[in-house]
Amino acid sequence: MTAEARPAPGLRRFWPAALPQGPLDYGRRLWMRVLLASVFLFLYAPIAVLIAFSFNDSKRNIVWQGFTLKYYAVAWNNADLFDAMTNSLIIAAVSTLFATVIGAMVGLQLWRFRFPFKGAYEGFMALPIVIPEITLGVSLMAFFFKLGWMTTDLGWPFNLFPIIIAHIAFCFPFVAIVVRSRMVGFNMQLEEASKDLGASQWQTFRHVLLPYMKPGLIAGALLAFTLSLDDFVITYFTSGPGSVTFPVKVFSMVRRGVTPDINAASTVLIVITVVATVLAMKMQAPDKTGKGQ
Amino acid sequence: MESWRNNRFLFWLLTLPGAFWLALFFVAPLSVLWVYSFGAKSGITDIEITGTALNYLRALDPVYFQIMWKSLWISAIATFVCLVLAYPIAFAICFAPTRWKPVLLLITILPFWINLLIRTYALMAVFRTNGFVNQTLGGAWNFFDGLFTGGSFPYQPLQLLYNDGSVIAGLVYVYLPFMVLPLYATIERLDKSYLEASLDLGASQFRTLMSVTVPLTMPGIISGVLLVFIPCLGAFLTPALLGGANAIMIGNVIEAQFKSANDWPFGAALSFILIYATFGALALRWVLTRKSQGEGA
Repeated sequence: MTAEARPAPGLRRFWPAALPQGPLDYGRRLWMRVLLASVFLFLYAPIAVLIAFSFNDSKRNIVWQGFTLKYYAVAWNNADLFDAMTNSLIIAAVSTLFATVIGAMVGLQLWRFRFPFKGAYEGFMALPIVIPEITLGVSLMAFFFKLGWMTTDLGWPFNLFPIIIAHIAFCFPFVAIVVRSRMVGFNMQLEEASKDLGASQWQTFRHVLLPYMKPGLIAGALLAFTLSLDDFVITYFTSGPGSVTFPVKVFSMVRRGVTPDINAASTVLIVITVVATVLAMKMQAPDKTGKGQ
Repeated sequence: MESWRNNRFLFWLLTLPGAFWLALFFVAPLSVLWVYSFGAKSGITDIEITGTALNYLRALDPVYFQIMWKSLWISAIATFVCLVLAYPIAFAICFAPTRWKPVLLLITILPFWINLLIRTYALMAVFRTNGFVNQTLGGAWNFFDGLFTGGSFPYQPLQLLYNDGSVIAGLVYVYLPFMVLPLYATIERLDKSYLEASLDLGASQFRTLMSVTVPLTMPGIISGVLLVFIPCLGAFLTPALLGGANAIMIGNVIEAQFKSANDWPFGAALSFILIYATFGALALRWVLTRKSQGEGA
């Protein structure tokens, strides 16, 4: 492949057109780089502006007036917003726990077993990912009303249950995909060796399979956590007056206009999800130690 | 892989929790909704299941039909813009130096993990009348205006929000990563010697793209189009925040039926029209991938 040439010295490094190009050196075409840069600008500039202006000492949010953390204090002291954030974190933590366990089981089952109608079953497991979110949201809303969970006040924290149940339902198929793709690289001979050496099925699972599965489990859990924390549409339909989550609260605030304390609260959420995502990606990266190969 | 018969206990142990959860909290709610779509409102909260098809017929009413039609073409344009932008990006990432690839991929995917609502809100702040785009344009305009005419034509802020264009821009902004990933995956697997062969044999870059690259990466294109088109069609947040009263999509009508208008049977029917459309798109993909695989073989 010609695309990977030695870095050119001096100015040429920054002016790719100055380099001799192979016909397939698309990554080096100037227009390609300009396009790439402008799309990334389009993707990141609004977020960067949002983060920058959460630190801006001006209510109108347009011109930079100086650094301040006061909007973080405003957001922190906004009791509704704080409660909503607490709810979001509780929901995300509980649904992550359940979604990871259930998802890992489904992932293991799909990886390990051959059974009739497997293709149809896989399609069924992927349905919550495919179905439009709004349909899932309104169907769960109708269902929970039917059960009477939305009309009677269950009291905090029990009024979070409908949301948690909904989140588990759309998170665990993602966990299953991550765990299954991790297990594909597992060497079955290790399991046989473990059994030959007299380990029980549980011991084999605990000491051979589980350690291999661990990065997949962590990546799946982080994925479920961000999915749950970020979900707006399904939560919007399944939350009641006492169970408002952070995105739902922000939605009602945003409808009234753009204010710096929303920027501050959003920045906090962005930091949480970005950290979780980067960690998850690190975990998902192919295992370089060769363990289990 | 072993047969489920070899270890029935383990098989059922691993199967039951997931199957149970989906049956109870996915299939059951959708069934309730499906039954409601054949019902009629008989009180403030009561729904009588009458087996009527009126709710589906009502969706054909010009008011709602127009909104559905609009949802379709807004989604189609947004998907097309995503494809046109994402294809060169995926190409550039594939042909980038190896050490840059993971970084480029990460920064492509990362926005997808940032809260949908926050990203839409960020876009609102940039596009609004005294937002960044208008400020920058206004500053430039007023500078040149002051220079040449002494400030006789002050800048009129552009109305960038609350129209169809802002909804399309919002959808592209939100769903672009969905398009880049499947395209990247297929272009990466593409045997580059086909491209070299085509270029060696005298085809132009454009000809190579149209007759070699695009047909060979068709599965990725189809996946990407579906991954963007389906969520666009059901979008509710983006049109609600960026479209205002002018750009209502089917998702907003569904939301209104469940939250304010309180006509659940009609909302249920609209939701199921959305599901049927999704299944239609998936079936189309199945047909298309089979066709393109047949051609490739």
